Amino acid sequence: MIQMKNVYKKYPNGIVALNGLNVEIAQGEFVYIVGPSGAGKSTFIKMMYREERPSSGQMLVDGKDIAKLKNRKVPFLRRDIGVVFQDFKLLPRLNVYENVAFALEVIEEKPQIIKERVMEVLDMVGLKHKAKMFPRELSGGEQQRVSIARSIVNTPKIMIADEPTGNLDPDTSWDIMNLFEQINSTGTTIIMATHNREIVNKLRHRVIAIEGGLIVRDAAGGDYGYED
Amino acid sequence: MFEMQPEVITAMKIRTFGRHIKESLKSLGRNGWMTFASVSAVTVTLLLVGVFVMIMMNLNKIADDLENDVEIKVFVSLDAEEEEIAELEEEISGLDGVESADFSTKEEELTDLVLDFGEELSLFEQSNPLFDVFYVKATEPQQTETVATEIAALEYIEDVEYGEGKIEKLFNFLNAGRNVGLILILALLFTAMFLISNTIRITIVARRTEIEIMKLVGATNWFVRVPFILEGMWLGILGSIIPIGLVVLLYQKITEFAQPRLSGELFQLLEFSPFIYQVSALILAMGVFIGIWGSFMSIRKFLRV
Repeated sequence: MIQMKNVYKKYPNGIVALNGLNVEIAQGEFVYIVGPSGAGKSTFIKMMYREERPSSGQMLVDGKDIAKLKNRKVPFLRRDIGVVFQDFKLLPRLNVYENVAFALEVIEEKPQIIKERVMEVLDMVGLKHKAKMFPRELSGGEQQRVSIARSIVNTPKIMIADEPTGNLDPDTSWDIMNLFEQINSTGTTIIMATHNREIVNKLRHRVIAIEGGLIVRDAAGGDYGYED
Repeated sequence: MFEMQPEVITAMKIRTFGRHIKESLKSLGRNGWMTFASVSAVTVTLLLVGVFVMIMMNLNKIADDLENDVEIKVFVSLDAEEEEIAELEEEISGLDGVESADFSTKEEELTDLVLDFGEELSLFEQSNPLFDVFYVKATEPQQTETVATEIAALEYIEDVEYGEGKIEKLFNFLNAGRNVGLILILALLFTAMFLISNTIRITIVARRTEIEIMKLVGATNWFVRVPFILEGMWLGILGSIIPIGLVVLLYQKITEFAQPRLSGELFQLLEFSPFIYQVSALILAMGVFIGIWGSFMSIRKFLRV
């Protein structure tokens, strides 16, 4: 599914974020990416949806090297990858329904299908009754659920989450994790960068630790391993 | 996974285009003052351009009319008999660059004079002091001088007359005017384009997150771009309304005033129709062009997400 071969990334300012990294992630896996700040976690994540390109090495998604993907084809890659961020990235002028529908409008889906799909995922994240509300009227957890709804609305095979619980209190974080578990159970690959020790240690999944641009630990069902 | 669907890339669905139009119009309203500023800039620019074009085109027309009016008056010497005159006519017509040579006897010349200046001149009918004359037209007005010199060198020619000097000065003047006008128009267009591109840039900065999210959920560059381009187009169209109105009105007044006074003169102004419609179309096209180009330039660097 996802395969990195000797991925090396040096930014124009000289910082080496990834230093010849090798990894393989299979379809349907749930993977935590852990490690200290500045270790290369974000770059690692950004490689997957082609926000960043490797300086050298191969970045294979479904057997295709997306490092070589032409810029104008990147949108079509992203339609198969859902992304969730720490700061939710919702559009403040649009209500909940519109925020989720946006992801389908952008890919020019039929209005009938948009309506069905949006209500379906809003139901799944438990926000059907708040469809008409605006992001500022929602709690952080609710906003993150909207952003998860948006990321799965066009049924991606991969879901990438960059510290999705970073801005949330523990209880809400568990709600979000339950959603991820649910999404993962339908066969969606989940790759989640996190600093949340409790979650990693309790909800056991494969743990990949990155330090200095390299994988220093890769254990199925491993623990968080850092004392934050 | 991410198999390409070519028809999705090329043909934008009508529904989507409707969405883009709605978005672009909403944005015009949201950016009220900036919209107003760039529309004003376009208005001023296009108004000046319109007036310039109007003036330039008419000067051109006048120059053309005058050019076509330039002819050489060839005086035939008195000792030329009918036979020599016939020969002369053939020789002149045979010269390079001569379009036509019309003969007019001194009696005909006198009749013309009497018609122009009154009966008193008919006294001269007893002893006509005039010459037989050829009126020669050059194929190219610019060749007039060369042709005149060649004719002057022929036999039985008393004298040759054409508007020496004056014509050249007129042409030079018109050319200089044309160049200055062109430079001014270009400078104005550039300014307007810059202003529009700035407006769009500000609206883009405000919508940066939106663009980022669009790109993250898989919007193509065109999907992001089109609303902004349409917005630029609206700015251009809005900016061309007042200039078109004023130019039409102005030219209507000018032709109303000038047409009767110029009838029978050597030169005429361009007819109201279709000239003014062409100018209007030009103004509109320029408005649309600077609008689209301005937004195109400012959006480029925001699309690298």
